[in-house]
Amino acid sequence: MRKLLLGDEAIAQGALDAGLSGVYAYPGTPSTEITEYIQNSKLAVERNVHRRWCTNEKTAMEAALGMSFMGKRALVCMKHVGLNVCADPFVNSGMTGVNGGLVVLVADDPSMHSSQDEQDSRFYGKFAMIPTLEPSTQQEAYDMMEKAYELSEEVCLPVLMRVTTRMAHSRAVVEVKETPRAENELNYNAEASHWVLLPGNAIKRNITVTGQQADLEQRAVASEYNKYIDGADHSMGIIATGIAYNYLMECYPDGCPYPVLKISQYPMPKELIRRMTADCDAVLIAEEGQPFVEDLVRGVMPGNAVIKGRLTGELPRTGELSPDALKKALGLPVSEGYPSCENVAPRPPALCQGCGHRDVYTALNEVLKEYPNARVFGDIGCYTLGFMPPFKAIHSCVDMGASITMAKGAADAGQWPAVAIIGDSTFTHSGMTGLLDAINENANITVIISDNLTTGMTGGQDSAGTGKFEAICRGLGMTDEHLKVVVPLPKNMPEITQVMRDEINYRGTSVIIPRRECMQTLQRHLKQKKAQEAKQ
Amino acid sequence: MKTDIGEAAMHENLYIKQAEVHGMSQRGGDVQSNLRISSNPIHSDLIAKGSADVIISMEPMEALRYLPFLSKDGWIITSSKPFVNIPNYPEVETVMADLAKVKNVITLDIEQLAKDNEIPRSANVILLGAAQKALGIEYDKLENAIRRVFGRKGDAVVDANLKALAIGKEAQR
Repeated sequence: MRKLLLGDEAIAQGALDAGLSGVYAYPGTPSTEITEYIQNSKLAVERNVHRRWCTNEKTAMEAALGMSFMGKRALVCMKHVGLNVCADPFVNSGMTGVNGGLVVLVADDPSMHSSQDEQDSRFYGKFAMIPTLEPSTQQEAYDMMEKAYELSEEVCLPVLMRVTTRMAHSRAVVEVKETPRAENELNYNAEASHWVLLPGNAIKRNITVTGQQADLEQRAVASEYNKYIDGADHSMGIIATGIAYNYLMECYPDGCPYPVLKISQYPMPKELIRRMTADCDAVLIAEEGQPFVEDLVRGVMPGNAVIKGRLTGELPRTGELSPDALKKALGLPVSEGYPSCENVAPRPPALCQGCGHRDVYTALNEVLKEYPNARVFGDIGCYTLGFMPPFKAIHSCVDMGASITMAKGAADAGQWPAVAIIGDSTFTHSGMTGLLDAINENANITVIISDNLTTGMTGGQDSAGTGKFEAICRGLGMTDEHLKVVVPLPKNMPEITQVMRDEINYRGTSVIIPRRECMQTLQRHLKQKKAQEAKQ
Repeated sequence: MKTDIGEAAMHENLYIKQAEVHGMSQRGGDVQSNLRISSNPIHSDLIAKGSADVIISMEPMEALRYLPFLSKDGWIITSSKPFVNIPNYPEVETVMADLAKVKNVITLDIEQLAKDNEIPRSANVILLGAAQKALGIEYDKLENAIRRVFGRKGDAVVDANLKALAIGKEAQR
């Protein structure tokens, strides 16, 4: 059966067809569509595959590990920075190993289309000493899911599957299976001591896992996804990983004259790399992301091989690759199109018209005119766009939850007013623990939880804390005296500004919750309602 | 629109790659999608500079943004109505003059055409009709794709989109 699928959708379909029992994820571009596809899948509904969003990547990773512990196949999906959030369970899942197959899918975002850095998750795979896969086509992404689960169960380790934005968000025709594999049965074979990472057990387990590395490397050498294609001209060889292989092939429609090593499975297949460095006068290394392979091949010892890549300037040091970047590195002519048009103005993203975050920033800016030294600590979400004109309202944005804790640190240093602004979903993802720290010391900060009842930036997924924010804040120790709820609408400006002024002037921790539904989800809900009424 | 083209191409057993932009850029920023169709396997998801055959744009300045990707013989098929959500949007005359410098251009006030023809929700399909020759897809194949894509939504929706396609086709040179 042929389907036109996004890379993300091919991965989701591949997991379902491999007998998936649960997907665990927090939304994050460019990984979101994997979980959404499973949520909308008929098969997933029939089989009752777990598919609800999690509070954050750490809870997702741990729940998936629990499902694997019981012998079933689980999938965790996240964007690259989400792997930082779940680094603890991720790295330690390499130590416990798995029972049912466990695939950790991480979508990296080189060029930072929708992210705050361009970290390369392959480093994490090496760090956790687990096999890593990096597909080059949507078809390969689909096929690899089944192989990834088989590999995971054969070597009893989680498998990291790394994709990048262009793979995640590009569609191609994919040949999919007619009949999905059955799910694994629940089994209790997992009660070995390696699941209890007490030092005595972990030390033994560490010996096992490090001892497995030679086998994992041999599997990469023999992998159907890694191939050495010889070429006539040995003045250069080319190593191309993941989708960099596509850009290379694009440069040579009639076949590449140089030997090519395509790498899509790690640990690094050293034997194949040695063959290339021995056979070729120079090696060009093309990889999407950071110079992971290049650094390892280059090493520090002087050698005979000339190695070219991102570290020597043949390819750009940062950002995504492109067919043009490869053409330049290979000394091929780049086609000339029209010159770029001087009169085109940039069109940066902006908060939607009518968005509640707009009213929050309008009110905040109005109040902070009275406090010229105020500092506003922002967070990750649509409201990060409050940095842009006309608001220019925030002074920091680092990682999920950092608004509250950085405001607290600033207050500890003597800053006043220190204001934190965080969205509802980001608050439950990573803000609650920071608020507890602040409350425990009655830190002199004002926390604004701008609640639009959804995870807005990624397209309006359910937000874990909807309907519970006052209760969460009270549970963490907030008293109602400094826990205020307002409705962010232009007509309420006098009330909102007064609440903000009062809470900034209060010398202790206060929480203001402006609450109004996201314009995007509101429009969707109105449309659904209209469609339903039309049916009746 | 890309769903219609993709559907038509897949039905013809052609290879397709279609790279989209999701995430933060979708909040009012510039958004583009690279679509490649071929009878041979396609490697790159992205289009190389100077090699796009057609730029289809819902907004005239946005069509100009991607000029370096357009081949010298390529076509621009664009809506003529500016969408001004930035303070420094250039003079409309400047935008039109820059468009006129491109060898092959079709500009259409698709919103007005859609309104006049009482198909307000099918404006973008007018652009598709106008791009038919430049895309090199036979007209009846696009018609069939529209029937398959919109069939679920009923005859009225299919007819509106077929009408839009025909209006676009007439605007071709």
